[in-house]
Order: sequence, then C-alpha cells, then structure tokens
Amino acid sequence: MGNNPLLRLEHIGKEYYGNRVLSDISFDINAGEIIGLVGENGAGKSTLLNILFGMPVIASTGGYEGSIQIDGRKVSFTSPNQALAHGIGMVHQEFSLIPGFTAAENILLNREVLNASSMRYIFSERVSTLDREAMNGRARSAIHTLGVNISPDMIVSEMPVGYKQFIEIAREIDRKNTRLLFLDEPTAVLAESEAEILITALKKLAASGIAIVFISHRLSEVKELCGRILVLRDGRLITDQPSYTLSTRQIASLMVGRESVRREETPEVTETVSTETDAPKKKKKIRPALKVEHLWVDMPGETVRDVSFEVMKGEIFGIGGLAGHGKLAIPNGIMGLYPAGGTVKTFGKKLTLNKPRAALGKKMAFVSEDRRGVGLLLDEPLDWNITFTAMQTQGRFLVGIPYIFQMRNDLAMRKEARKFIDQLSIKCTGPSQKAGELSGGNQQKVCLAKAFVLRPDILLICEPTRGIDIGAKTLVLDTLKQYNKENGTTIIITSSELEELRSVCNRIAIVDEGKIAGILPASNPAEDFGMLMMGQVRNEEEGEFSA
Amino acid sequence: MIKKFIENAGWPRIIIALFLLALFVAAPFVGVRVDTSLSNTLVRFGMNGVMVLAMIPMVQAGCGLNFGLPLGIIAGLLGATLSIEWNSEILAKLSELGTLYKISWLNDLFLTTWREPIGFASAIIIAVPIAAILGWFYGKLLNRVKGDEMMIATYVGFSSVSFMCIAWLLLPYKHPTMVWGYAGKGLRTTISVEGYWLHVLSDALALDINTENIHLYVPTGMLIFFAFVALIVWIFMKTKTGTAMTAVGSNPEFARASGVNVDRMRTIAVMMSTILGAVGIIVYEQSFGFIQLYMGPFYMALPAVASILLGGASVNKAGILNVIVGTFLFQGILTMTPSVINSYLQTDMSEVIRLIVSNGMILYALTRKVRAGR
Amino acid sequence: MRKIFDIIANNAVPAVFIIISAFAIPLSGYSASYLVQELLTRIGRNSFLILSLLIPIMAGMGLNFGMVLGAMAGQIGLLFICDWGIVGIPGMVLACLIGTPIAIVLGIFCGHVLNRAKGREMVTSYILGFFINGVYQMTVLYLMGWIIPITNPTLLLSRGYGVRNAVSLLGIRGILDNLIPTIITGTQGTAQFVNINGGKSFIMMQLPFLEGSIRIPLATLIVIALFCIFIVWFRKTKLGQDMRAIGQSQSVADSAGIPVNRTRIIAIVISTVLACYGQIIYLQNMGTLNTYNSHDQAGMFSIAALLIGGASVSKATIANVFAGVILFHLMFIVAPVAGKNLIGDAQIGEYFRVFVSYGIIAIALVLHAWRRNREREAARRSLRGNKGDE
Repeated sequence: MGNNPLLRLEHIGKEYYGNRVLSDISFDINAGEIIGLVGENGAGKSTLLNILFGMPVIASTGGYEGSIQIDGRKVSFTSPNQALAHGIGMVHQEFSLIPGFTAAENILLNREVLNASSMRYIFSERVSTLDREAMNGRARSAIHTLGVNISPDMIVSEMPVGYKQFIEIAREIDRKNTRLLFLDEPTAVLAESEAEILITALKKLAASGIAIVFISHRLSEVKELCGRILVLRDGRLITDQPSYTLSTRQIASLMVGRESVRREETPEVTETVSTETDAPKKKKKIRPALKVEHLWVDMPGETVRDVSFEVMKGEIFGIGGLAGHGKLAIPNGIMGLYPAGGTVKTFGKKLTLNKPRAALGKKMAFVSEDRRGVGLLLDEPLDWNITFTAMQTQGRFLVGIPYIFQMRNDLAMRKEARKFIDQLSIKCTGPSQKAGELSGGNQQKVCLAKAFVLRPDILLICEPTRGIDIGAKTLVLDTLKQYNKENGTTIIITSSELEELRSVCNRIAIVDEGKIAGILPASNPAEDFGMLMMGQVRNEEEGEFSA
Repeated sequence: MIKKFIENAGWPRIIIALFLLALFVAAPFVGVRVDTSLSNTLVRFGMNGVMVLAMIPMVQAGCGLNFGLPLGIIAGLLGATLSIEWNSEILAKLSELGTLYKISWLNDLFLTTWREPIGFASAIIIAVPIAAILGWFYGKLLNRVKGDEMMIATYVGFSSVSFMCIAWLLLPYKHPTMVWGYAGKGLRTTISVEGYWLHVLSDALALDINTENIHLYVPTGMLIFFAFVALIVWIFMKTKTGTAMTAVGSNPEFARASGVNVDRMRTIAVMMSTILGAVGIIVYEQSFGFIQLYMGPFYMALPAVASILLGGASVNKAGILNVIVGTFLFQGILTMTPSVINSYLQTDMSEVIRLIVSNGMILYALTRKVRAGR
Repeated sequence: MRKIFDIIANNAVPAVFIIISAFAIPLSGYSASYLVQELLTRIGRNSFLILSLLIPIMAGMGLNFGMVLGAMAGQIGLLFICDWGIVGIPGMVLACLIGTPIAIVLGIFCGHVLNRAKGREMVTSYILGFFINGVYQMTVLYLMGWIIPITNPTLLLSRGYGVRNAVSLLGIRGILDNLIPTIITGTQGTAQFVNINGGKSFIMMQLPFLEGSIRIPLATLIVIALFCIFIVWFRKTKLGQDMRAIGQSQSVADSAGIPVNRTRIIAIVISTVLACYGQIIYLQNMGTLNTYNSHDQAGMFSIAALLIGGASVSKATIANVFAGVILFHLMFIVAPVAGKNLIGDAQIGEYFRVFVSYGIIAIALVLHAWRRNREREAARRSLRGNKGDE
C-alpha cells in the first residue's frame, strides 16, 4: 500500500444524455487524510459520488469515462454493495435508519452478530438467532470511537436529530473494512456543540488511518477539519490545495467564479429599478407589489423562519441559496401550499395565508418546482393543464350560470391552449395530448402557460430551468423577461442556479439556513453571493449586506 | 396498429371479449338460442348498469374502487321498502290533491295507470336523501383514511349490511306483504314488488317479439333510464365541479395548488356514488321482481367493480364507455356461460367462472404497475 | 394528555369487548364450567389459525387476508386422506404433508402478487382469496373425481364427480384433542367420565370448587404452545429481524442489502403453510368439512379475533391472539342467548356477532389509517424549526 494511494481518480468524466456534468477529474486520497469537497449545487458532487459508489443510475445512463483505482488496482463498481466491499463507506444527507430499532440494531443492520446454530446448515444463515449482547458491545465500541455517549439500547425514533447522525456514522465505522468514508453534509442537522464533537471524532478517526471526504457548505468547518480542499465548479476540478493556503472568501469565490464573463452581461432591465442598493429609501415612494414580514414556512426539508423582504412593482426578484436551506419554502408558503405564518401583503393588502385560493384570488400565479408532482396533471390533456386553474379560480372557460350550473367550454379551452402552444412553441401533437407525454422543457412551458393564462400581477416561479436542456432554458428565461417587459408583471424567481438569477433579475436575495442572508443587486460580483450562500457574512460589510 | 390496440384494450379484456364471442358463436350448436341469450344479456345490462355507473365518481375523484357500494344499496333498500310500506298513504295523499283541485281524471290516473310509476318514483325519492346523508358521512370517513380507501370501503360495506340485518328485524314495518306472517314483525328476506312497481321501467316501451322463429325482448324503458342516468353523470363530469373532481383524482396536489378544496370534492364524489348505488338497486329490483334484504347486498359490490374494470377502467380513471362495455361483457359472460357451457358439459360452472373472472379482473387492476412517473 | 388518549385508543377495542361480555354473560345464564369448557375448545380450535397471521404483520404486510389460501390447501389435504381412508394421527400428518407443498406454491404466488401491489397488500390479498376460491371450487367441484382421482363414492356428488358439500371427517375427529385425554372435574363428576372414555386411561385433575367437569384438549394446546415458542424464536432470528426492518422501512432495509421482495415472499409462505396446518387442526375439532364454506370464514373470524385482542394492522403479539380468541368467542357463545333473553329473538344475537366481526375489522382499519396519517403529519411538524411553533 505504501506506494499507491488509497484511492486514485484519473480523468473521470460523465455525460447525461449529451449533457456534460463532469469532466477530467483527477485526484488522489491517501490513508488517514481528511479532504474537503466543496461546490455549488449542480457542480457535479453528487454525480461524482454516484460514480464512486457504483449507483445503478450511472450504468443505466452509459457509464463514465476515466478510471478509478483502489490501492493501485483498477475497479469499476456496478452496485453500492461492491463499493462497500472495497471499504468505501458513505453517510447520506437523508437518514437511512429504521425508526423503531435501537441504536445497536441500526448500526448492525444486516450485519447482525449471529449465534451459531445447526439449523443454518439446513436452511440458511437467516434462521440463526441474534447475539444481542455481542451486538450491543460492538455498537458501543463504534459509538465510543466517535466520542459521544449514546446507549446502544436507545430507540432511534426517540433520539434527537444530532444523535441520529452519529448513529449513521457509527454504522459505517463498524464495518471492519471501512477505509474511506464519504460524509455528505453531516453537520447540516447538528447544533454547534454537536458539530464540534463530530469534528473532533472525525479527526480521531482519521488518525486511526481512515480517509475521510467531508462534503459541506460550512466553509469554516471545512477549513478547520480538512487538510486538503477540492473545489468543483461546473463539473471541473478547480482547485486541489492544502486548506491553510486558502481563506474562506477565496474558497467561496472559487466555487462561484466566472468574474470576467459576468461583467459584460449586465441585466437589461436595470433601469426599471435603477439603484437597487438604495431600495430601503425608495420603498417610501413606490408601494411594493409584495411585502413579506416575519414569514415562516413549514415545508419539509426546506423550512424557513423569519423571512422579510419587499419586491417592487415591475421588478424581477431572485431568491437563491443552496438546496435545503429554505428558498423554495418562500414562494410555496406565500401561495398557501405549506403551513405558514407571518404577514404577507400584496399591493398593501394583507393576504390570507394557508389558502391557495386566497393567493390565486389576489392575481398571483405560481409555477411549482415540483413539475410532475404539483405542476401538472400528467394524465390529462394539455388544454386541461393550461386552463384548469383559471377555470376554477376565475370562472373562465365555462358556460352557464355561475353557482348554479356551469359546464366547461371545451372549445374555448382548446383555443386558449392552442394560442399558448404557438406562442411558447410547445412541441406536442395538439391540445389533447397528455401532459405526461411531453419532454421536460415542454412541460415547463405548459406550466408557464398555466400561469400566464391567469394574467397575474405577481408571478412566482420556482426552479424555472430545472431538468430541461440548454436551448429550452434560454427560451424559458427569455419568455419571462419578455413577459415582464410587456405586461409589467412582478416576477419572483427562485432558483439554485445563481448565474441564471443574475442574468434575469434586478435584485437577488440569498437564503441560508432558513433566513435571508442578504439582498444584493444582481450586478454585484458573484463571489459576494457565494459568501452569503456559505453563511460567511463579512463583518466589516455587515451594513451593506443586511437588508 | 394491432399491437397498439391490444395495448390500449389490455389482454384480459380481449381474452374475455373473444371468449364471449366464442360463446355466442357456439350457442346455436349446443341448442342455445342466440336471440333469447341476447335478450337476457340486455335485461341484465339494464338491471346492473346504474350500479356500475356508481363507480365512476369515486374512481374519478381518486377514492379508488367503491367496494362500499352496499352502503348505497342499503339506502335503496330503505327507499324500496318504505315506498311499499307507505304506498297507500302516498297514493291517498296524491288523490286528495286531485280532489282538492277538482281534477278527477288526475285522481283516476293516480289510482290506476300511474299507481306503479308513482310507487317507483317514491322509492327513489325516499332513497336519494338517505343515500346522500350516508354518503356524506362515508365521504368524511374516507377523507380521514386516504390511501386505504378500498379496504376500509369493503368493511364499511360489510358492517353496514350486517348492521342493517339487525335493523330489518327491529324496524317497525307493518305492511303485511313485507313482514313475517307468524310474528307480525321483522321484514322477510325477500319481498316481492309485484303489484307495486314490478317491471315499471322494463316493460315501458318494451320491444317484445315472440314469434315462432324469434324471441326477442328489449327492456327499452330500462335502457332509456340507464341512458338518462348515464347522461346525467356524463354532464356532471363536464361541469366545473366535475372537472375539479377529475383533477383531484388525477393529481390532488395540482388541484390543491389550483385552489380546489380536495376533501370537499371527494365528499361530493362519494355522495354521488352512494346515491347512484341507491338508484341502481331500485332499478335492479323492479326488473328482478324482489327486494332482497339481510345478507342480499353483501357481495353486490364485486360484480359492479369487476364490470367497470372489465370495461377498461383503472383504479383511478373511469368513464361512461367503460361502464357500457364492461357491463355488457360481464353480464354477457354471466348469461352465456350457464346456458352454453351447461348444455355442453351438463354442469353449472357459471358461479365458478363468475368468481374467477370478476376477481381475476380486480386482481389484474390492483397489481397493474402504475406507469412510472406518469 | 396525548399519552392518555393514545392508551385509550390503543386498548379501546378489547375494553369494549370486556364490557359487552360483562353484561352479556349474566344475561346468557350459562354456568362458569360450561363457558370454560367452550372457551378451551375454541382456543384449541382457533388459536393456531390466528397465530399464522402474526408473521406477515411483522413484515409490514398488514393482515394477511390471503390466509384462506392456506386453509384451502389444508382442506385439499383432508379430502385426500378421507378418500384414502387414512385415519387417526397418521391421517392428520399425511393431510399436513399433502397440504404443505400446495400451500407453499400458493404462498409464493400470493407473495409475488403482493409484491406487485405494494401499499395495498390487504385489499389485494383479500381479492386474491376470492380468486383462488374460484380456482379451488373449480378443482374440487369439477376436477376431483374427473381428472383428479377420487374413488370413495361417499365423497362424491351423485353425478360422479365433484366433492359433496359436507364431508364427514370422522376418521380424524378430535384425534389431536383427545390424544392425551385430560379432564378436570369437581369432586362429584369423577365417576361418570371413566365410563365414557371406555376405560381408556386419562389424566384427571380435581378442583374442589368446580361444578361439573371440563375436558382439556391437551395435545392441541401443546402443539399451540410449541408454535408460540416457534414464533418467539423466529422473532429472534436474523430472518425475523429482517422482517421487522422491512416492516418499518422497506427503503432503508433495501439500501442495507436486505432482499426485501424475497423476504416478503418468505413471510407470506410461512403464513400460508401455517394457516394450512391451522385449518387442519380446526377441522379435526369440528369433525365435518363444509367443502365450499369452511375456509371462507376462517380468514374473517381469525382476523376479527386478532383485532379484538388488541392487535393493530402493524403490530400484533401472541398475547393479542389469546386475548382475542377468548373475548371474541366469549361473545360468540353468549351473544345469541343473551339476545334471545333480552329481546326474545336469537337471530338478533346471531346478526349482532356478525356485525361485530365486520365492524371491528372496519374500526381497526380506520384507526390504523387515521393514526398513520396523523403520524405522518406529526413527523412533518417535527421538521419545522423552533420559530414555527409559535
């Protein structure tokens, strides 16, 4: 093992359907090393992990380029179990624990200690009984390695969140052969003190010879824990250098990068809200289209607490931030789709929360990030999809007497659908094709059409370009810009792609850990947004960043 | 082309349609008359059609197959028995009206030609509000148990039937044709509707050709009634509410985001299903000739469920065409197997075939993989 | 407050039954020894069938309405031994041996079907029961005596093929129950029983306060006890642990490398085979086989009894089984008589117990679905941040 590194990646690359997500990634990991892997959403981290872990999704989409070596020998995993067998362990962001089982049962799940039994010769190992004492012993020692004190008999569902994270890690440690451990955002759910314990424990683990790859957006933790930092951006490895040579600000700017390109394409719509930095002064003169105060939204995995901001009439306002930090909850909460509290005012009038109908009644329209789950009726024709909301909330596309007998006007529906199919050039066989049969980009256009039909004053759009190809992306963004220009509609775009927001928005709010970290004009340098996303508000510029 | 057709129709449906066709072709060879078989199929189609229609609203609203149909049937049975119990009172009240307005010919009509239709109408008029109330509670219940509707519906049906068994014994019915003769109380297990509203629909405008060569009977009135109810359902599904209901079944999250009250739509759908079940059983009884109480309605949901599935419906999509095709196929099989197979094999296999076909069809629908991501 | 509510909600069903029984027993006017005798007989008769439901519940597959498949397999075994005229314990063992492979095949089939219908196992297994019932009827009513050789004319319908509706199981009647004859008597009843047993030796115990005498199906109870030990042991095995894991989270179990679908099939196969044995034990006690009805009721009554014992769709213990048998059958025995004494109509008591059986299943299913939806809601709420609690 002396000469060869534990893990060596050479020229790893990956394409999904002609869409390049990783190119030419090469690095080594040695035993006992702790490496920080950072990058924006979509930088290619999860694809890299999927390749290393032999997830079936990789093989089913045409495999990957380059080679992976462990101890100098080339490997190629086709299932996660093979990766496990080679000593690669992984702690996912979502818990993978059985709630009703004890800590010990979870740590040793499917690796239980069995009593010897003669029955196993007749049937299989599975009829041997469990040796609970030995299991508890092993679990205890794994937990102890982490430097925490959790009883092996404790039921997981009764544990605080932080404990569950430790149990997940203990499970990987218990594997006798684990030599390389990937941790995906392990501190995201931990309190500060728990995070410290974890960092100490990880250092101890590394000292015992296990290599650790630590993926986190908390740059200060990455800097404290890791010896080397790898930065991924747009599927490329930007940096691979010792952490002491980098400041957190440098890391952040490496992650978001692209200064030179940025400067040239300043948003065209800047004139409408010219001096965005002075927004607080301006709001006295212009009544804001949307005013949000102390909003909290209980959206699973995207909770926000205490969010306040204002959007001016005719503005395109962006909401950015990393996945899981709550940016999606803001539009969903305003539209009444998830339990929410606080005050929201549209054009000075208070909006009833938790009632989609109330928001729709205020001439607000919404394009959900969950296209297939919320945005579309996949089993119904396009004209239904496009006109349904308008029919139900505005009484259009109906014939008959309101409240007594109203039948839907299929002709008018079809006509309206056809209009939008032409206008947005939706590729389909006609208004009666099922929405589920369309491609992602065309489905997104249908969702936009659905919102446009409502003739909204305020349009809220989540992840407008998620999962659609580049051509469609530009078309969707251009459509939004054009719609804003022509109708003066206020548009709020929520997206995890910062570049996209910077290219269309006037101002951008960055959400970090359930709060707004800052609101900046889109023309600010990208690294400013990067710093906000990473939770690194510079003290010296506090005044400028807080909105 | 053919492949596409098979894919659309589904293998089980094609096999059963071919089987039915084969039975009709084979019929003359084993001495079974095609015309009488066809007449029987039509009669059974009319009898069961409305009950199969009762599946549509619930399936469309995403509540699954209505295994709780017996609840609606109970409302229908209450309507039917009460219409007989109060028959003379209702007629008396109506003829009083005639006297009051000095329209003696109306009075005569009430007591002669219209006597039976009035009885039938009164059964439906009594049954519908009962069904609506039961359906409202049933809908509220199903809203609380989303995801498990079908199993719970089954047992709601079963327990309501067995509860009514006790009620039929205890309710203070008095009418001598309906209660047990020796005890003077407690309803009989089967009650004849003869003299009240036997064949009111079936014989209205009926086509009855009975010559040496052809025996054809078409229960035109009943078929028109079915068409009428089907039309109402069809129109309803095209209204604003019906559209919202379909959207709720197709994607409840979408509907909610579009400002639709999902629970309310589901409740309305369940109420409609229950009402249609009530009307359906009364139509069934007027043709069958008897009201079957006690355990009679117990397994009545299964044929209706199987019919609509046979017609091409799935667990969450159903239309009028599915009802018509399915009921015809299912009832056709039920009519033809006893006559044809029995004459060939000299045994009655219809019960076994009914069990296998109907439950096999339901099983097929339940295990069909929901198309991934769609 | 919540806790108290939960305790009440969890035990509401058994509590209601205890109350009903408390009123109905005095009304029925049965003596204590009669009731004990009846209950003992019914525990012996039904427990095994109900115990067969436990393993699928453990694997998160809900109430196995498909247990009727096993019951049918057992009945086919019994039909064959009747035809071949094999009596006594060898007959029973042979019936089990014939039933086992049939039950395994049906169980594998059922398991595959249920794996295709995840999330609606119960309604699917329920319909599957009807479907296989059709196949069973076809086999027994048309194929037996025609393609499948049945020679004994007393079994066959007069037309020459197809099995009669009622088949007498005299050859194995009570054979297991009376294998080790045991009687508990009051001091006065001793002499009578020695004669009845024709001088056969039996274990006899005397209890001073007892009136009359009670026969105990000791061998059956021993078999049931062995089965209980089997279940306790099974829970401790790796396979049992895997099933518990799958029952709680299929996705987690799958990512831990547990073969989910295979394990689910094993659970159903075990349940089906055990239901097959359970039906054989049940019918040896009854003494007659209703060829076309016996299995039908086995499923419904077993499930109702288990639920009455306080089990739920996702959790059931051995204690639930016995509590359920006792409470359910206590009501079964006393309800008709109580009904008759109260209202003067035995029929009402009869209908009442049918209503209760179905009603209890309905209520248990509703409570389960309701609680599950509520827990889902609570789990969502726990994700909400501190600020959200305002």
